[in-house]
Amino acid sequence: MTVDAVIEVEHLSVKRGGHVVLPDLSLTIERGSVVGLLGPSGGGKSTAIRSIVGVQRIESGTVTVLGLPAGHPELRHRVGYTTQSPSIYADLSVRDNVRYFARILGVANHREAADRAIETVDLTDHANRHARELSGGQLSRASLAAALVGDPEVLVLDEPTVGLDPVLRRDLWDMFRALADAGRTLLVSSHVMDEAVRCDRLLLLRSGRLIADDTLPDLLARTGAADAEGAFLALVEAGVS
Amino acid sequence: MNPGRTLSTAARVLRQIRSDKRTIALMFGLPIVLIGLLAWVYADTGLFDQFGAALLGTFPLVVMFVVTSVAALRERTSGTLERLLSTPLGKADFILGYAVAFSLMAIVQGALVSWFAIVVCGLDVAGPTWLLVVVVMLSGLLGMALGLFASGFAQTEFQAVQFMPATVLPQFLLCGLLVPRDRMPAVLEAISNVLPLSYSVDAAKEVSVSADPAVASDFLIVGAWIIGALVLGSLTLRRRTP
Repeated sequence: MTVDAVIEVEHLSVKRGGHVVLPDLSLTIERGSVVGLLGPSGGGKSTAIRSIVGVQRIESGTVTVLGLPAGHPELRHRVGYTTQSPSIYADLSVRDNVRYFARILGVANHREAADRAIETVDLTDHANRHARELSGGQLSRASLAAALVGDPEVLVLDEPTVGLDPVLRRDLWDMFRALADAGRTLLVSSHVMDEAVRCDRLLLLRSGRLIADDTLPDLLARTGAADAEGAFLALVEAGVS
Repeated sequence: MNPGRTLSTAARVLRQIRSDKRTIALMFGLPIVLIGLLAWVYADTGLFDQFGAALLGTFPLVVMFVVTSVAALRERTSGTLERLLSTPLGKADFILGYAVAFSLMAIVQGALVSWFAIVVCGLDVAGPTWLLVVVVMLSGLLGMALGLFASGFAQTEFQAVQFMPATVLPQFLLCGLLVPRDRMPAVLEAISNVLPLSYSVDAAKEVSVSADPAVASDFLIVGAWIIGALVLGSLTLRRRTP
């Protein structure tokens, strides 16, 4: 284990509903980086993320986050998590949602912190609207704000950019970059391959197996592909597993 | 457990209820309408004074059960529970937050429906009126606690709603309203002796006939059921799920 490994997964095996989703997953994520967990849906991304957050029952293997076993009580305010479908309260306003999570996370000055997080995801104009009135993209941003409000050291985000317009997607990735530059570590899953360019490192997951763990330039050089999508196809066709 | 987290959870649940005006109207209006209907049905029989108090406690039980179990189930199915349990929020904070929020609702509901039965419908109560209000509130709390527990076994809202007749109707049949408990077959009497609604009905009957009602043991048993159901409810919460 390197000194700077924030997330360390070793021989993780997970079964869900009787079949193996992750047969044997190992990966390491370093501090201060934005790592993209990319792959088709159904490939095991959410299961891997749930295991790292410590909400997934696992068969075997170890998952270590910030030197502690995943799901350790001490990690609960150091790791921010957004689920794939935006998990906030539809019958509360955006502001009430984020304030509630701020209070649960024990954030000092929770009102100001909530307003800042809402501003970060560009929802200030909608802060007083009920979550059920928001569009899909606004919902996932509200959900993200509820994770950002605790200023966690590690952010594990399951498909945070689904359904967002390109401008907003760019802004969010800029924000992820700024957070990483400030020493935070981000694991961001996506099934949109072109988001690969925004990541320091890529983990390509297909059928529960990691088919690549590389930087984009190295990946392109190795496969001779023009983009991440092409690299993914090249790896699948070459039968790498 | 952490009082701040418990109370912010309670405040959040109350805020959610507040945004649903129709549910509030049903929670507070339905028991009142039912008691009014009952008083009307019994208008010329004198039976309202005999059964009114005992039935008073069963309506809040039903309403609180349904509302609480569906609210808690929604939390499980929407992903917010998974998210909450990845934060420092304790399971006890979660359950107690719900309990505090719905207890407040049960108290308001119990006070309203008791006031309506006594003042508007003219229910004659031999014992102190406030004691009847306590009985009705306890029964609402019992519905809340059983609903929270039952929600742990429901995967869909259809199931959650059907747990209501499954848990409440057998208790209603055995609670002594239809046939006095000591005149039931021995097996059924034994079963009714462990069910909580029996004791809340006993307490209501006692308050309605006695000027100095002895209800302490009834309250203790109902209270123990409430606490037990809340504890069991918190055991159905899992930080790790398959």
